[in-house]
Amino acid sequence: MSETSESALKKPHHAGFLKNNLREYGMLISLCAIMVFFEVVTGGTLMRPLNLTNLVLQNSYIVIMALGMLLIIVTGHIDLSVGSVAGFIGAVAAVLMVRFDLHPIPAVVICLALGGLIGAAQGYWVAYFKIPSFIVTLAGMLVFKGLALAILAGQSVGPFPTGFQRLSSGFIPEFVPDAGALYPTSLALGAVLAVSLVWLNFRGRARQEAHHIETEPYGFFLAKNAVLFAIIVYFAYLIASHRGLPNVLVIMAALIALYAFVTTRTTIGRQIYAVGGNEKAAKLSGIKTERLTFLTFVNMGVLAALAGLIFAARLNTATPKAGLGFELDVIAACFIGGASAYGGVGRVGGAVIGALIMGVMNNGMSILGIGIDYQQVIKGLVLLGAVCLDVYNQKRA
Amino acid sequence: MNALLEMQGISKHFAGVRALSEVTFTVEPGEIHALVGENGAGKSTLMKVLSGVYPHGSYDGAIVFDGEERRFGDITDSERLGIIIIHQELALIPLMSIAENIFIANPPGRFGVIDRGAVHQRTKALLAKVGLDEAPDTLVTDIGVGKQQLVEIAKALSKQVRLLILDEPTASLSEKDSAALLDLLLEFKAQGIASILISHKLNEVSKVADRITVLRDGRTVDTLDCRDGAVEEDRIIVKMVDRDLEHRYPRREPQSEEPGIGEPIFKVSDWSAYHPLHGERQVIRHVDFEVRRGEIVGIAGLMGSGRTEFAMSIFGRSWGQKISGRAEIEGREADLSTVRRAIDAGLAYVTEDRKQLGLLLAEDIRKNVTLANLPAVASSQVIDDLQELRVASDYRSRMRIRSHSIYQETGKLSGGNQQKVVLSKWLFTDPKVLILDEPTRGIDVGAKYEIYCIINELADAGKGVVVISSEMPELLGICDRICVMAEGAFVGEFPAAEATQERIMRAIMRKGEQRS
Repeated sequence: MSETSESALKKPHHAGFLKNNLREYGMLISLCAIMVFFEVVTGGTLMRPLNLTNLVLQNSYIVIMALGMLLIIVTGHIDLSVGSVAGFIGAVAAVLMVRFDLHPIPAVVICLALGGLIGAAQGYWVAYFKIPSFIVTLAGMLVFKGLALAILAGQSVGPFPTGFQRLSSGFIPEFVPDAGALYPTSLALGAVLAVSLVWLNFRGRARQEAHHIETEPYGFFLAKNAVLFAIIVYFAYLIASHRGLPNVLVIMAALIALYAFVTTRTTIGRQIYAVGGNEKAAKLSGIKTERLTFLTFVNMGVLAALAGLIFAARLNTATPKAGLGFELDVIAACFIGGASAYGGVGRVGGAVIGALIMGVMNNGMSILGIGIDYQQVIKGLVLLGAVCLDVYNQKRA
Repeated sequence: MNALLEMQGISKHFAGVRALSEVTFTVEPGEIHALVGENGAGKSTLMKVLSGVYPHGSYDGAIVFDGEERRFGDITDSERLGIIIIHQELALIPLMSIAENIFIANPPGRFGVIDRGAVHQRTKALLAKVGLDEAPDTLVTDIGVGKQQLVEIAKALSKQVRLLILDEPTASLSEKDSAALLDLLLEFKAQGIASILISHKLNEVSKVADRITVLRDGRTVDTLDCRDGAVEEDRIIVKMVDRDLEHRYPRREPQSEEPGIGEPIFKVSDWSAYHPLHGERQVIRHVDFEVRRGEIVGIAGLMGSGRTEFAMSIFGRSWGQKISGRAEIEGREADLSTVRRAIDAGLAYVTEDRKQLGLLLAEDIRKNVTLANLPAVASSQVIDDLQELRVASDYRSRMRIRSHSIYQETGKLSGGNQQKVVLSKWLFTDPKVLILDEPTRGIDVGAKYEIYCIINELADAGKGVVVISSEMPELLGICDRICVMAEGAFVGEFPAAEATQERIMRAIMRKGEQRS
């Protein structure tokens, strides 16, 4: 027995590595395939700069909430209230800014704090009283949907001050004057992002090799980076040829980077996964499981509030129906992205890709003129299929 | 007389571990046959083979019941013949009534509509038979454990029982309830119902049993006949314990006094704890305990004696409520009120159930090893992955964890290697005192030896080590001192030189007798 394990130790495990990480690449490949598919069947509409910008704007709030939801799902819980909370916060923002003429900055701060408070109120019951999150957040869903309706008195309130609108409909300022059809600053930012990502990958690989950590095959690594680089630059080009980088995209990208870092590299991220993986073992290892669960809900509340603000700013009005059904898209994004319903498993990258898959399908099917009825059917089947595939893969492994 | 049941040459393996080998066991009609043996001797496994929990084909040997060979596919096959097993953990549904529980599987009625009148009538009759004076509509959760036991027996009677198997029926009963239950068995005997009684309480066994079969290490040691005259308990105990210790334990240099064992490093006094759900039940009763620097102390005792509960109540109050007592580490009072504080105070606890309570099975070795001491591999909350890698690799080679890399999921390791990962995790917290709860359970012999060596090294490094184990030979083989626990208190203490299995077993049994 020891003989085989010794030899296995020395030989690098390329085949094994690919097999272990198939899921990650598989997700990305699925997203690309879906994009190519809609690009073809919509006759090139999907990837038009205008549509691409819209796609980002339309899905930003789902992606942002998916970041928080992923953490909740990883700890083994669920939050059904995020749509209602987002709608409620949008309503509060409208009341503050339109009725009370509050400046956007303090209004946004108040709204985010309120979101955190709502998350804390729900997380408290889940974490310390062990009430199933499904029930607590189902109650929250009803409560905040009702409260949104109440404070808006059943009517739409708007429009917002222009400063606030820019949160959603604004673009980053252009530093090169009179550049013509292309926005050079956005293009440059995209290029910088692409170069730094590839540089980070190479540095990480060098470090791994220096310490004899198993790495993916070199050819594969090169190809992956080349594709990554090309895709980012291409998208930056497309975005730049419309009106430049939307503010929302910048916020979203920053949040994705932040959450990816927190989940993979920090002690708190590690502990959150430990709670979801085996709560009892985590507790007996000195991890404050209750507090972590509580904090993931607070975090979710803040992100739901941010999403609610972005959505309200985009519509330029707060409506009682805002946020309706968001929770389903958000939860679906996490599960399509490979999170496990049993907790402990899931990645930020996966949830983002999951959200984008949902977004591209929504957008593509709308362009094709498929009715909202069959869109739902197809989305439902994709969700089921993705999770089935996951379970099947795990059984085989 | 023809035997009612004959189990012939039963052998059973679990993943290479031999649980039963060539066990022969017969029950005659209308007898009470006691089955005794240490924890892990194979009693429960044998009964699971008999009742069909382990179906035909998963074991070797033959079961002959009523003169015919039987091949049970599952538990319903054996129940159909009237072989009814009542498990140690009762299988009643708490929020259903007594009547609903008794007739849960086959309620009288037609076309799936339950005849409630008949259920009520028949339940009343059955309850009268077992001497339980409760209304059939009473919820099971509202009656005590002793009465629940009777409900289980009534349930068995509803199925035309011919052979009743009781697994530790009196373990959680009061003296009065125990006596009533044993009387009931004698009554059944008069009606021609045979019983198999699994029990640790030898005084009960010798009171009611007609014959006693002793199992040890999965083998039948002997069957003693009590009908010609009472069998002395000592005779049973001698047969229960395995006397020759083979060379299964690493030699520990004779640490007689001076260099090895030093001053007390960990001391617990007047420690009490109550059951987490039943607040009136005191499980740990005013315990005093002490470990010295460089000493390996064993805690012996039967299952349910409170050993694990004691350890977990110390370790950050992870078990129980209303915990009181004083703990000292290195002479100073230690705050053990949360797991984090207990770890910081220098305590480590390796759980008896490494899969449920010890490991993140879906995560790799690296993440498991650093889990309890993440700050040591992080600077300002950011994990230094190279430092973590170094730590994990270091433990992997030091503990000889056999895996293809530190990135292997712990769920895919063997039991012994999993245990080494758990030990690594706790060693990385640099504890002063380690409590190891069943450290070699479910581990093959070779890995056991390695774990023993690690335990010795820890003691030699000046740590205090507490080993809780159900395997007495193991305690005798590795400990400097053995404390015996029974019913939540220490009932005996032996230096290694004076300890024998008989003496330990006697200390436990004496305690059991005082109560009943």
